[in-house]
Amino acid sequence: MSVAAAHPRPSESKQASWIGFVASARAWLFLIVLIVGFEVWSQLSFQATFVGNMFNIRSIAVFTVAPLLLAMGQTFVIISGGIDLSVGFTMGLASVTVSNVANAITPIYGTGVGLAAGIVAAVLVSVVPGLVNGLLIARLRVPPFIGTLGMYGVARGVAYLLANGTTVPVHNDALAWMGNGSLGGIPAVVILTVVALLVLHYVLSQSRFGQYVYAVGGNRAAAVRAGINVRGVTLKIYILSAVCAGIGGVLYAGRFSAGAAQAGEPLLLDSIAAVVIGGASLFGGSGTIVGTLIGALIVAVIQYGLVFIDVEAFWQFVVVGVVIIISVLVDQSQRKGGRVDE
Amino acid sequence: MSESSPLLEVKKISKRFGGVHALEDVDFRLYPGEVVALAGDNGAGKSTLTKIISGVFPPDSGEISFQGVQISLANPQDARARGIETIYQDLALADNLDVGANVFLGREPMTRRFGLPMIDRKRMREEAAKTLDTLDIGLDRLDRPVRALSGGQRQCVAIGRALHWQAQVMIMDEPTAALGVPEQRKVLALIKSLKARGVGIVFISHNLHDIFAASDRIVVLRRGINAGERATVDANPDEIVRMMVG
Ligand SMILES: Nc1ncnc2c1ncn2[C@@H]1O[C@H](COP(=O)(O)OP(=O)(O)OP(=O)(O)O)[C@@H](O)[C@H]1O
Ligand SMILES: [Mg+2]
Repeated sequence: MSVAAAHPRPSESKQASWIGFVASARAWLFLIVLIVGFEVWSQLSFQATFVGNMFNIRSIAVFTVAPLLLAMGQTFVIISGGIDLSVGFTMGLASVTVSNVANAITPIYGTGVGLAAGIVAAVLVSVVPGLVNGLLIARLRVPPFIGTLGMYGVARGVAYLLANGTTVPVHNDALAWMGNGSLGGIPAVVILTVVALLVLHYVLSQSRFGQYVYAVGGNRAAAVRAGINVRGVTLKIYILSAVCAGIGGVLYAGRFSAGAAQAGEPLLLDSIAAVVIGGASLFGGSGTIVGTLIGALIVAVIQYGLVFIDVEAFWQFVVVGVVIIISVLVDQSQRKGGRVDE
Repeated sequence: MSESSPLLEVKKISKRFGGVHALEDVDFRLYPGEVVALAGDNGAGKSTLTKIISGVFPPDSGEISFQGVQISLANPQDARARGIETIYQDLALADNLDVGANVFLGREPMTRRFGLPMIDRKRMREEAAKTLDTLDIGLDRLDRPVRALSGGQRQCVAIGRALHWQAQVMIMDEPTAALGVPEQRKVLALIKSLKARGVGIVFISHNLHDIFAASDRIVVLRRGINAGERATVDANPDEIVRMMVG
């Protein structure tokens, strides 16, 4: 029906889809290689299985929860071409808030109301840094790196102030159960995170909002011209990221029965690592929730695996940092290879 | 041509930028199904005129009528809502989205699956394919990011999108500039097929060959004023160049 005048040569399109396949499969391959590597190491040095051990599986799953929550919000931010450096301390702020509020309400109204009030307060408090980030970036066109770095400082300071510079023990059994209990052998935090994962995957891949996140990251000017409310979308993205961090803070307070300003401090690196390893581009425009899940699992397996084979804990930071840099390099080389006419 | 009424009419438009008179009392008309080439030297005011028509900025004075009614355009969305579309080579498409998603950007159709509202990607692809087919734009795969397309193919997608959303006036600022020769031909052929559908087209070009190949009328601007116009059949290139340089 149509004229083939300007078609790309078949070999070219085959090659392009092959590159695309490698890009999407790269994270899966890496995860499998890691697991096989730790399994072999474990068999050779301890004559024990690494993956066959339910305790290890559960630990890795629980370990993945907090960085994954942060990373899922971060996925939206990075696809839109931004970055959110404030998530770690927003998580800390939320963990302190849920603890303080639950402790204040529980003695008067009981455990259930105490828990609910704590969660609502923590989520509302976490909206604030997201809203401010979004307004700075969407309205005042502050570069995301700077805006969220400022918010990093503010959230950090406020969290320490609210915690009086120490950790806040939780006196609410329901919150503690949420952090440590299980349903049918599956930890409650894992179930909650899987629900969040499904919801966010749906939103990103199937809703108009999700589509606009990609459009803004791909070509902001084109999105504006198409009549998309780019400022509104940007604002929602940063609020979403902050709320994900807030939920992470609530689960942290439950798991450790304490709120701590520094709860999410090491997770900023982990969350960005998960997104980037999962195939999102720091230049914006690409990434998926499933990719981020794989990325978060990779980070967790590296960290847990290194502890399991008795490597000094601080090496985790080094390894995760190196993996981020490699992922970014791979992404960059693919951009150069992908298209010649720029 | 003068017996039908103009689709778009611009009267005594002026625009200054600081001390620069970008346009002074410029008149311009466009009829349905007509292709007007806007010619002129660098800085003559061609882009400024098209930006005023497409709502990028308002004129300092003068009036714009569309389909016989005087209008004022607050912004580009306003112009698009009336069917005045501008095809920008770089600003038009989101590289990371596929053809269907680009054609429907900002107006995605929804469907329900498992009881949940979801973007109807299948329909976007099918309708995009239909529109592109009617324009004889062949793309073998519509499900890949438009990054993988050539400059000319992207231009075609942008034009297809405008047509899909019932553009009456299409403005193209140097549509063939960064294209290879076969692709330039494709775009010029596309202009003819839009014309056959009654779309009015304004295109800016520095290429006299393109101007003579595709236009019905040539309007020449020189330092912000009307320097003359000719029906293309009656014009010769030397005369047009003389009008441009004065
Ligand atoms: N946004 C602006 N701010 C200030 N001056 C401008 C602006 N846009 C255009 N001008 C000036 O107005 C005059 C006309 O510019 P315009 O871009 O319309 O010319 P043009 O005919 O499109 O030229 P070219 O062929 O080089 O694209 C020029 O002197 C230009 O410097
Ligand atoms: Mg110009």
